Amino acid sequence: MMFRYSLRGRGDVNEWREAARGFMMAGIAPEYIEWRTMDDADGLFGFDDNRLPQPADPPPKISVQPSFIKLAEAVVCHSDPTRFALLYRLLFRLFHSRGLLNMASDPDVTAARRLAKSVGRDYHKMTAFVRFKELPLPEGDVGRRRFVSWFEPDHFIVARVAPFFQRRFTDMDWLIVTPKGSASWDGETLRTSDDPAPKPDLRDDTDDLWRTYYSSIFNPARLKVKMMTTEMPKKYWKNLPEAELIPGMIAKAEASVLEMAARQASEPLPYHHRIQEAASKVPVAPRPAAGTLAGVREEARHCTRCDIHCLATQTVFGEGPADAQVMVIGEQPGDQEDLAGRPFVGPAGQLFNDTLKAVGIERDQLYITNAVKHFKYQPRGKRRIHQKPNMGEIRQCRWWLTQEIELVKPRLIVAMGASALFALTDMRQKLDDVRSEPIAMEGGKTLFVTVHPSYLLRIPDEGQRRDELMRFREDLAAVQRLM
Amino acid sequence: MKKSLKERLAILSDAAKYDASCASSGTVKRDSSASGGLGSTEGSGICHAYAPDGRCISLLKILLTNFCIYDCAYCINRSSSNVERARFTPEEVIWLTLEFYRRNYIEGLFLSSGIIRSSDHTMEEMVRIARELRTVHNFRGYIHLKSIPEASAHLIEEAGLYADRLSINIELPTDAGIGRFAPEKQPDNIRRSMGNLRLKIEEMAEPTLQTKRRKKFAPAGQSTQMIVGADGASDTTILGTSARLYGSYGLKRVYYSAFSPIPDSSKNLPLIKPPLMREHRLYQADWLYRFYGFDIGEITSGREGGMLDLDLDPKLAWALSHRERFPVDINRADREILLRVPGFGTKTVKGIVSSRRFRRLRLDDLKRLGVSLRKVQPFIVCDGWTPHRLVDRSDLRAMFQPKPEQLSLL
Repeated sequence: MMFRYSLRGRGDVNEWREAARGFMMAGIAPEYIEWRTMDDADGLFGFDDNRLPQPADPPPKISVQPSFIKLAEAVVCHSDPTRFALLYRLLFRLFHSRGLLNMASDPDVTAARRLAKSVGRDYHKMTAFVRFKELPLPEGDVGRRRFVSWFEPDHFIVARVAPFFQRRFTDMDWLIVTPKGSASWDGETLRTSDDPAPKPDLRDDTDDLWRTYYSSIFNPARLKVKMMTTEMPKKYWKNLPEAELIPGMIAKAEASVLEMAARQASEPLPYHHRIQEAASKVPVAPRPAAGTLAGVREEARHCTRCDIHCLATQTVFGEGPADAQVMVIGEQPGDQEDLAGRPFVGPAGQLFNDTLKAVGIERDQLYITNAVKHFKYQPRGKRRIHQKPNMGEIRQCRWWLTQEIELVKPRLIVAMGASALFALTDMRQKLDDVRSEPIAMEGGKTLFVTVHPSYLLRIPDEGQRRDELMRFREDLAAVQRLM
Repeated sequence: MKKSLKERLAILSDAAKYDASCASSGTVKRDSSASGGLGSTEGSGICHAYAPDGRCISLLKILLTNFCIYDCAYCINRSSSNVERARFTPEEVIWLTLEFYRRNYIEGLFLSSGIIRSSDHTMEEMVRIARELRTVHNFRGYIHLKSIPEASAHLIEEAGLYADRLSINIELPTDAGIGRFAPEKQPDNIRRSMGNLRLKIEEMAEPTLQTKRRKKFAPAGQSTQMIVGADGASDTTILGTSARLYGSYGLKRVYYSAFSPIPDSSKNLPLIKPPLMREHRLYQADWLYRFYGFDIGEITSGREGGMLDLDLDPKLAWALSHRERFPVDINRADREILLRVPGFGTKTVKGIVSSRRFRRLRLDDLKRLGVSLRKVQPFIVCDGWTPHRLVDRSDLRAMFQPKPEQLSLL
């Protein structure tokens, strides 16, 4: 037996849902139902013949996943007359295979998704292309401003999009009228109707400013008409105030570019010379004297001695008292140091600070610097992977380290890691051979070698890391005794 | 005589059009239903119009003024150019933004400015506009401010409280290029500002100790723009710079802007047709780097002169020079491998991975997922299809190459 069922078919999911539930309760297969809508070509069907079959006994338990309801809500808005049959077929099949919606390449799933997508596009285009025109308030009225828009959507989406406009245009009254329904907002209630509305006669002077903007923001040298019409199809043009300019803009584009090319560059106006002159008179901030730590720091800011400089954000110079007794030298700044412009502020710096505190050394007594002053790294997606500086780079950067040592004149130098040791001695030694013992240097200085704290952060084995942390702490305690 | 608002709008939007960025996406969701104000942002941006240059118009993109004390060769507003000059008052910018917004022309404001008097003075005016839009007019639409690298930290900090996105243009891919064409700009200042901005964004994203709430600070992050084709930098150099910028400063986007002839152009620059195809290929490569697991080195290695292939998209070009990796069995291959098949996008791959759990896929399935079979067939194996020796064909490249076209001068 064939069932016929008529719906208003104007985007309301509930009328279909009620009927579909009735048919499902009776276990009616999709091919036995003919779905009709009020707007069907062969005339208006009444809703009087709508009859649902008796539920089966016992009635089956009908439950359906929320993702299907979401899909159905979109699909019923489409103007395709087969949408209700398609949805019922999906619902019926879902009852037997619940994972069906994840089967993205199933013909019914693809068809439903295509309809939903086209409704989504229509929704999006409505949010984009509705143009409000202001209705002037009656003389003396200082109430809320009023705006009206005429729009022609492809599908029954007015009620679906209306809340968007409510969320956005809360402080004004507005009315959107379309051939597929209307929506209005008065500051308190959002009203929608699915009855077709006639086109009002509207104008707004601000449209003229908008057209000025539209034609000025266009770059005639980059004409890409197809790209424009894909995103803003011609069917929308008749209700867009700016669209009447398009043919003229396209026609004149090439000529205006050619004209631009033909014109010789002209001589600058006096304005330019005045500025240049004023700029040349701006007093340059006095540079710190050469031969002082501040002077060397300033010079190092512009260092281009090796290629790392243009990869990094900035030179990270040493910091601390200019007459510090102890100088600590690490390898090179890391990600955080590079951004902040200060040595040892990242995770390794944190570990270093904690250990200093544990052995009773004040960080601000130390002069802390690095063997290499720029951050060397390899970009990997959204991160930067630290790369060891090579010997050439360390040698180039020794230029700055040597000056720091000469100016600060520390009694004790702590080298953390192999790069620091290499920078000081030009020797590649195993750290373990020289570690933890004071070593006499020329000029009465003492050198003390330990590991770099970032090494400790990289040890995967927890037990080993604990042991190494202990050793590092003992090393710094030894430094404290040497101070 | 003072120019009318309309005349100034024409000048100051013309002056802003060479900035490619127009995105209004990626910010937090918010609306005015609780505040009773005006405006909302809902995740994805909205393009309210398209100009015949194919670009979307989403924001009111204007300059506060096009007077500028800098003389950057590629810029229409450089001090030595003879373009007409104008300026808006902050009140005018606010009025235009609100009135345009009420008529649903735009998603919000993208405000930039020539540098007048000093960096701080200019930045202060821009911040004032954003502040008044938010606090006086209860505006909750999108605001993008171009920040000025030399401006004081406290101004940038305030800007981040009101703006969705902040951007600083790197302009050219190499320090040497900047030195040559934008002598007043300091590349290291630009990098330092981007670094500070990243630190600030990260600091604000940490929940506070007492309230456990995160402060809102430039929720749509920072972006930048590079001009392509004004200096001699190769695509390899450009993409290398992008990778560094993404990695170093957590940028949401790097925009590539094909250098376009400007009125009253500097004599040092080529008056050429903007290299639009090159720009397009750079965007494709940028996407491969960010969403498809490609390394910049993989995309550009072996390319002559470090330039991408203009005839073929970079993924196809890569596949043609790595034929040993194909064909790929779509019923078995990992997601990472599928992403490397020319013609598969991220959505297609998602569809394949979820569908193949139910049954083995055939070409028909791909067709329904919206895949161009002509493009993918040589590179895949599925039920009922093997490309035989298609991948080995020596004319495979020719199959994909566009038909030759008559060249025109401009």
